[in-house]
Amino acid sequence: MEKVLKLNIVTPYGQVMEDEVDEVISPGTEGEFGVLPGHVPFVTTLNVGTLTYKKDGRIGRVFINSGYAEVDYNRVLILSDSAEKSEDIDLERVEAAKKRAESRLNEVRELKDAGGSIDFVRARAALTRSVIRIKTTENKR
Amino acid sequence: MPNLKDIKNRIASIKNTGKITRAMKMVSASKLKRAQLTMTQTRPYVRGIDAMTTSILRGVERESHPLLLKREVNAVEVLVISSDKGLCGAYNTNILKAAASFIEESKKKGLNIGVNTIGKKAKDYFSRRGMSPRYSWTGFSRDVIYGEIEEIGSKIIEDYINGVFDEFYLFYNEFKSVMVQEPSQARVLPMSTDLGSDEGKEAGNDFIYEPSKDTILNRLLPKSVITQIFSAVTEARTSEEAARMVAMENATKNSSEMIDKLTLEYNKARQASITAELMDIVGGAAAIG
Repeated sequence: MEKVLKLNIVTPYGQVMEDEVDEVISPGTEGEFGVLPGHVPFVTTLNVGTLTYKKDGRIGRVFINSGYAEVDYNRVLILSDSAEKSEDIDLERVEAAKKRAESRLNEVRELKDAGGSIDFVRARAALTRSVIRIKTTENKR
Repeated sequence: MPNLKDIKNRIASIKNTGKITRAMKMVSASKLKRAQLTMTQTRPYVRGIDAMTTSILRGVERESHPLLLKREVNAVEVLVISSDKGLCGAYNTNILKAAASFIEESKKKGLNIGVNTIGKKAKDYFSRRGMSPRYSWTGFSRDVIYGEIEEIGSKIIEDYINGVFDEFYLFYNEFKSVMVQEPSQARVLPMSTDLGSDEGKEAGNDFIYEPSKDTILNRLLPKSVITQIFSAVTEARTSEEAARMVAMENATKNSSEMIDKLTLEYNKARQASITAELMDIVGGAAAIG
């Protein structure tokens, strides 16, 4: 059996990456999971988070905005709403987005029953996304 | 015979129109390239979602999810994708005609019809005919954003699950080539995905599903519907720009043909007037001499 994994990350706006890697660690809704070559066929949903892969001893990171993963022995297919490789993330824009989300969140919080309102949920989701984007870039090794 | 000045003015105005249509053609050509790129980039995702849905649905009962369940049809909902702007040949006419005749037929069968539209043209068309759209979205004559389609799709799915309608159809122009766009009709709900044979059932059981097959199904099925709409919108966008480019190219060609014709007429009229003048002079000279 081959000792590599074919990692393929696809979004509605195109393919983000296609590469042969040694190991993938992905944010599943049930917690992070790791995939090595020869993994048993497996389908799961993904959370917003950072996907990490190892290739030739180097670590790469990709921001994943929820979606699905299909693992089939030597193939990992990620279908995500959006995804960005850590080197493609524009930190300035993310910081700006984070500030926007924070101030939005503060505004909404003042309102009645903030916890359930759509605005609140949206703002919180936007904040989570930007925080994780920043984390994705920070852990470059 | 029209006088010289009139012809000259007409030539000038047609030249201007030609300039405009030529510019519009060029704009459409570049927009078409972008739209086509978006469309091709979307394909791997659409295929991926499709394949995943098909493989998960193997061995699933139709009764297990409302999006799969076929109900007795009393009310039908359509979503017609048109453009916001005109000057794109028969693009809108074709799709509106197809949708209108489908609606007519469904009405004859005694079904309730709900209309939803994307694009200003479809909205105006149905409003004029006294079928105001339930939902209408405009502003899609640019890049297609997945998040926006997600909102549209979620609304439709919600209404479907709540039993507002029993079937949902999509009308859009399918992009065959730059020259050919075909009005196309697709039933989106209930999902028509083939649930596979017994053979498929066993293959489908090979996968481990986490958290559970049902949870994934609940998230994946709406996604699959939304992706189908998304792919239709990107295709319609590409068709629109292609139709506009071809329409503008024809208009440009027509304008140069017309200019040629008018120039000929202009020269003839000029020649005639010179001849008439000469006759006058000759006649005058003969009278004096």
